[in-house]
Amino acid sequence: MQTTSDEVLISRIAGGDRLAMQVLYARHHVRVYRFVLRLVRNEATAEDLISEVFLDIWRQAGKFEGRSAASTWMLSIARFKALSALRRRPEEELDEETAEQIEDHADDPETALAKKDKGSALRQCLAKLSADHREIIDLVYYHEKSVEEVAEIVGIPEATVKTRMFYARKKLSEFLKEQGIDRGWP
Amino acid sequence: MNAMKQETPERQEIEELLPWHAAGTLSRRDAQRVEEALARDPELARRYALVRDELGETIHLNETLGAPSARALEKLFAKIDAEPARRQAPLNLGSRISEFFASLTPRTLALAGGAAVLAILVQAGFIAGVMLNETKTGGYQTASAPTTAADAGTFALIRFAPQASADDVTRFLESNKLSIASGPTAGGLYKVRVAVTGIPKAELARIVKKLQEDKVVGFIATTD
Repeated sequence: MQTTSDEVLISRIAGGDRLAMQVLYARHHVRVYRFVLRLVRNEATAEDLISEVFLDIWRQAGKFEGRSAASTWMLSIARFKALSALRRRPEEELDEETAEQIEDHADDPETALAKKDKGSALRQCLAKLSADHREIIDLVYYHEKSVEEVAEIVGIPEATVKTRMFYARKKLSEFLKEQGIDRGWP
Repeated sequence: MNAMKQETPERQEIEELLPWHAAGTLSRRDAQRVEEALARDPELARRYALVRDELGETIHLNETLGAPSARALEKLFAKIDAEPARRQAPLNLGSRISEFFASLTPRTLALAGGAAVLAILVQAGFIAGVMLNETKTGGYQTASAPTTAADAGTFALIRFAPQASADDVTRFLESNKLSIASGPTAGGLYKVRVAVTGIPKAELARIVKKLQEDKVVGFIATTD
């Protein structure tokens, strides 16, 4: 079965086609939502941002030149929206949420047992990473973005993308070590 | 400690690429370099296993994050409705071309490609014919030839069945003495010449009915 490409959908959206907008939304909203949620760490905020992100896509569709993949362009818009929202939020609120998230995991009785499970511990440590490190890990592993695409989304040189990813992974190892799991690296 | 001793700029460079190798987003050339390095360096291969664990758990973590409620879509379209009415801008040439190709099925594309090759061959033959003719007469002649006019004859519109191969279509056209006059349109329709002269409507209906029975035909209709 053949599907209309994202690029074609965006060109139709530029012409005011609402159905094309619905198709593009159906195709990408879950991944964009998860990307935003991992950055803002608040479901209500992430859900609000999703409609803002796709509204921007509606408004800017005519400017999309197809030089990069549509998903890369959409994630760039999502990132900008998420960072703007984070800047608007008071610092205390952020700290509370971060603490809650970590406590939630730590207080869960199953978590203590699961700590022995390396996979669960790894996921817990992934959630503890800084925003910059979470972002790059997600873009590479979950959103399957190449070095060039990550550089475009985050707005940093390709060499920095590689070193940031390296340090994110190194930090992950440090967190794991604190939980008693030594990966023998770095 | 042994591993530390073996650290080289080359290993460092390859190691930085491991996450992208695991995600399958490296260029073929870089992927080849990484594969070769993994095959000769057991320590790098061990670290690659760690990367693969991270990849799997990152996917797991993200997949448990859920999805936005339907409210987000409602909110989006409420905002779109509140936007100033947008003038239906005509698509630029690039978009129109990509839209056209996107609308074709792979089989239609293959058939269109075949038709294009045929058209080029006919044109080449025609030019060669004109040149030979010129050589013979040694003077200038117009490039018209005593052939059937493009709009002369009786036609039908055909859309070939999606499962029909190019060979099937060729066999069908030859066995029924048909020729493609134009097409395909964006909807995959071809204008096919059924007879070189005009024929009675009843006769055309009989021919069309017979052609419709062939499995190669997905849709057929008479046309002027």
